[in-house]
Amino acid sequence: MMLNLSPNIADPDDFYAELINSQRDLDEEQALRMNARLILLLANHIGDRKVLTEAIGCARRGGG
Amino acid sequence: MTSYIYPKFGYRRSREQAEGIVKRHPIVVIGAGPIGLTAALDCAARGQPVIVLDDNDTVSIGSRAVCYAKRPLEIWDRLGCAAPMVERGVSWNVGKVFFQDELSYQFDLLPEADHQWPAMINLQQYHLEEMLVAKCRANPLIELRWKHRLLSLKQGADHATLAVETPDGIFTMEAQWVIACDGANSDVRKMVGAEFTGQFFQDRFLIADVAMKADFPTERWFWFDPPFHPGQSVLLHRQAGNIWRIDFQLGWDANPEEEKRPERVIPRIRAMLGEDTEFALEWVSIYQFACRRIDNFRQGRVLFAGDAAHQVSPFGARGANTGVQDIDNLAWKLAMVLRGEASEALLDSYHEERAYAADDNILNSTRATDFITPKTKPSRYFRDAVLELARHHGFARPLVNSGRLSTPTPYVTSVLNTPDHDAMMGGMRPGTNAADAPIAVDGKPAWFLHCLGDGFTVVAFGKVSDKTEIAVGPFAARLILVGRDIEDPTGLLAQRYGAAPGTTYLFRPDQYVAARWSGFDEAKITQAVLRASGHDAADRTELAA
Repeated sequence: MMLNLSPNIADPDDFYAELINSQRDLDEEQALRMNARLILLLANHIGDRKVLTEAIGCARRGGG
Repeated sequence: MTSYIYPKFGYRRSREQAEGIVKRHPIVVIGAGPIGLTAALDCAARGQPVIVLDDNDTVSIGSRAVCYAKRPLEIWDRLGCAAPMVERGVSWNVGKVFFQDELSYQFDLLPEADHQWPAMINLQQYHLEEMLVAKCRANPLIELRWKHRLLSLKQGADHATLAVETPDGIFTMEAQWVIACDGANSDVRKMVGAEFTGQFFQDRFLIADVAMKADFPTERWFWFDPPFHPGQSVLLHRQAGNIWRIDFQLGWDANPEEEKRPERVIPRIRAMLGEDTEFALEWVSIYQFACRRIDNFRQGRVLFAGDAAHQVSPFGARGANTGVQDIDNLAWKLAMVLRGEASEALLDSYHEERAYAADDNILNSTRATDFITPKTKPSRYFRDAVLELARHHGFARPLVNSGRLSTPTPYVTSVLNTPDHDAMMGGMRPGTNAADAPIAVDGKPAWFLHCLGDGFTVVAFGKVSDKTEIAVGPFAARLILVGRDIEDPTGLLAQRYGAAPGTTYLFRPDQYVAARWSGFDEAKITQAVLRASGHDAADRTELAA
């Protein structure tokens, strides 16, 4: 499997709002800690090591 | 301050120093720690006389290495000293990891049933060394020379010249081979000018041996950020005789001299144990660590082993356990070279195999250190996230890394292996250390590993031959048949080796698998023995002819 870089979320505006709203009342440190938990949860759900490596690389390159 | 009485081994002037003659010895070991003493025992077990030089005259001060894993116990059993270690030591299987005030994760080393030795024992290094010294003293091939300090080492074409200082002055010795087991700050390494590079960690740890009667279970307990030592980690281990070992992470800014003082240490321990626990401080030390290794384990006539060759962080008990396995790998090769059965090229495989293992150990211990001591704020957030998630969700528990405990590194890429050609079952691939199994010899219960370790050994399942050994050039391999020499009453031996009738394994003298086949073929065995003893292709054709 390859890292899916095509639109894959059914309701993008709703998802984005949920993500931002979930951190609205957190300070920066709390938000960064939450992000770390979120990354680990999602990474485990994906599981596929090749996809994770691609995602890490893509994020590291600034998303390009 | 201590309940242990340190023995004094006593200096004796050697005859060669008294008479002023320069003697050439086959093997001189530098350093009488666990690795040097094991080196002496293993070389002697393979028929070689050994001199051990040590600049001190007693055992290790403090508990130091503490944890010994199953594979070193198997090696010490081959050398006849594992049973008293296990009897004296504390066997354990369960490890618990706490984050702040809650249990985050727990593991069980789950020793496989039907193995002779436990997964791990804890034993103070001074007890272990005392046992090894007693064993060396009982061996007429071994001479332990205390208060002998190596001053200089000069490499020659076929020997090294050693200048040695004793209370009687300086004298000269020669050695065909030197085994340097003089620890992480090895003087020998400096004398030969070898590179020793890697990563230093900016952290300090306080280690304390504490005598107390406590009702902690016999388990490894590791805390991240506990209420009694906020922001840092703590490790608790039980040792022999109601002595407990506690490691406190202090951070890089701690002042080592200040932190060692009892008035600083005792409140830390009291905060951990509570006001009501009575304890006595036995020994305190501060350490910082590095992960690094020597560029080549063989430097001319000098062979490096243990911390002199590689240094790892303590998480995972990979220091002494790896060093003992260095010796397991080296001693039979050195004995073959000294007997003229193999060329010096065999010793290069010592570097190849054990540097491969050292790199694996360094990788594992560096990863544990990065988890325990996050280097940046974001990496600390990830670490804490793992620990928080591990409390509630199984998926995060395998990510918790408080040290991955020492297991043998298979030499999967070694030039000494004969690659599988037949369709073989099971995981006992060439380069893997032999799995033990209960067997029967003359109708009596025995252990399979006791059949191995004395030279090359071929084990075949079924009555495939009338021979008891197979001649290979200048030496022979023993042939053991399952069903003739040993029995497999439980079927576990066949199961662990994926064996069917005719399955044949070749084991090296260090109990590693060198080759395996689905059928018994003497010509193939001969080639594999020659390959496993370092003979190149041209050599093999000539010797097998």
